[in-house]
Amino acid sequence: MSGGVTRAEVCVVAVAECFRGDGEILANPIGIIPMIGGRLARAAFEPDLCMTDGEATLIANDRAVVAPGERVVEYWNPYRSMFDWVWSGRRHVMMGATQVDRYGNQNLAAIGDYARPKVQLLGYRGAPGNTINDPTSYWVPNHSPKVFVPAVDTVTGIGWDRAAALGEGGRFVDVRRVVTNLAVLDFETPDRRMRLRSVHPRVTVDEVVAATGFDLVVPDDVGESRTPTPDELRLIREVIDPDGTRDTEVAPG
Amino acid sequence: MADKLMTEDDVVARLRSGMTVAIGGWASRRKPMAIVRAMVRSGLRDLTVVTHGGPDLGMLCAAGKVRRAVYAFVSLDTIPLEPHFRQARQSGAIEDEPLDEGLFHLGLQAAAWRVPFLPSRVGLGSDLLRDNPRLTTFTSPVPGPGGGEPEELVAMPAIELDAAICHLNVADARGNAMFLGPDLYWDDVMLQAAPTGGRFISAERVVPTEELAGHGCLHQMRISRMMVDGVVEAPGGAHFTQCDPEYPRDEEAQRAYAASARSAEAWAEFRAAWVDLGEDEYRRKVREAVR
Repeated sequence: MSGGVTRAEVCVVAVAECFRGDGEILANPIGIIPMIGGRLARAAFEPDLCMTDGEATLIANDRAVVAPGERVVEYWNPYRSMFDWVWSGRRHVMMGATQVDRYGNQNLAAIGDYARPKVQLLGYRGAPGNTINDPTSYWVPNHSPKVFVPAVDTVTGIGWDRAAALGEGGRFVDVRRVVTNLAVLDFETPDRRMRLRSVHPRVTVDEVVAATGFDLVVPDDVGESRTPTPDELRLIREVIDPDGTRDTEVAPG
Repeated sequence: MADKLMTEDDVVARLRSGMTVAIGGWASRRKPMAIVRAMVRSGLRDLTVVTHGGPDLGMLCAAGKVRRAVYAFVSLDTIPLEPHFRQARQSGAIEDEPLDEGLFHLGLQAAAWRVPFLPSRVGLGSDLLRDNPRLTTFTSPVPGPGGGEPEELVAMPAIELDAAICHLNVADARGNAMFLGPDLYWDDVMLQAAPTGGRFISAERVVPTEELAGHGCLHQMRISRMMVDGVVEAPGGAHFTQCDPEYPRDEEAQRAYAASARSAEAWAEFRAAWVDLGEDEYRRKVREAVR
């Protein structure tokens, strides 16, 4: 079976695994593959997760993108309600990151000197609030030294070193994992530095190290990211993402 | 009984250069674009714009109306980054006051409730406290949970407004209004935070008060005339942004707007075609383009 599994489908499963054990909270993955992965987690092994339609309702549908008339609505969730979940600690967000460093500090705001940026990006968005209050994971579809940098230019989402410096104030910070097109990374090290958790099939450890702009913690026995079970593969291909949008974010292969 | 009906230009006539103006909607959704275009055509300048930013902020930046932006993000939704805003930031043309989306909410709420700040954990540890010097931390005057050490928290100062401008679906002439789409965004809080005399809405339709409730359900009646000083009837007034359920975003028009950030000439051309004209002509051109 795994011979026919695409890289995008491995990424989907890796995203789904981020939400394993989360229970009845708002799983809020942002992006194409993150949304498919979140839906897979709920459909396959984490049935109590709540998820959005990407806009103003929480829906029960398995399909990643659902037309308004077909949504099985569980709750009206306008943007303002999001802060009720975020500030009460009932959300696990998966955000993007234009830059991320070894402790999981994230930059979404600007490249270069913030006061007069070389490239203005989205802004701080909700990153400071998300990271200080709730579990956070990241999705990086293009693992490269431009994204994985020694120090981010602006800290929008806070990482483990910043959390430690806050003491009690940082007690809700929980940066869990970074899923990329090449690998899965986590922070399960004594000093919370980023660790290579698994490499995707047909990716070598050396490739990941070369695509990372800082020293990763690389255990002696790095495993391979798991491939979908036959049932998961059916869910991805027939129920959650029948149009194959996952391949637009990570090329098949 | 006060009739608050006015035109886009009447709204602009009540604004002054140097004011702090909140603009409702969210990214490229239900933005009061008819009034924004009238602001672009006006002599206003040095505005501080408070917004969940989209083409409202971008267009005002392109026209040189903005001194300062107060925002958590700026996006056109289907075009993730707002090109005119980016240009203004990267050229150093505007002052920047970044916020987190949740702090943005607290700042408006504090202004509406007339308190100097509201407390939050949000911002601790991030560079937001470096990049927005109005944000400060303080030690809680109340013990921590279970009688523990008092916490260090962020004080989000009230965002003091001079005016607020929003676009709703249905209104009456007195300023009661409803949103009919899935989200009110921060429109009600903005209108509550702004002072009397500076609170304006445009609406797709203005109907008699007796008919208002019949246009939707009770829970959508979230704008009261106590929050509104002026009402503009502006069918299509959010175009090219999305205005559920009346019309989707006009993606082609938005692409043309985004492309106008390429050069001063491109902006001048866009402005001549789509901004420097009256609302009747604008609506006629939009109808023709749709055909």
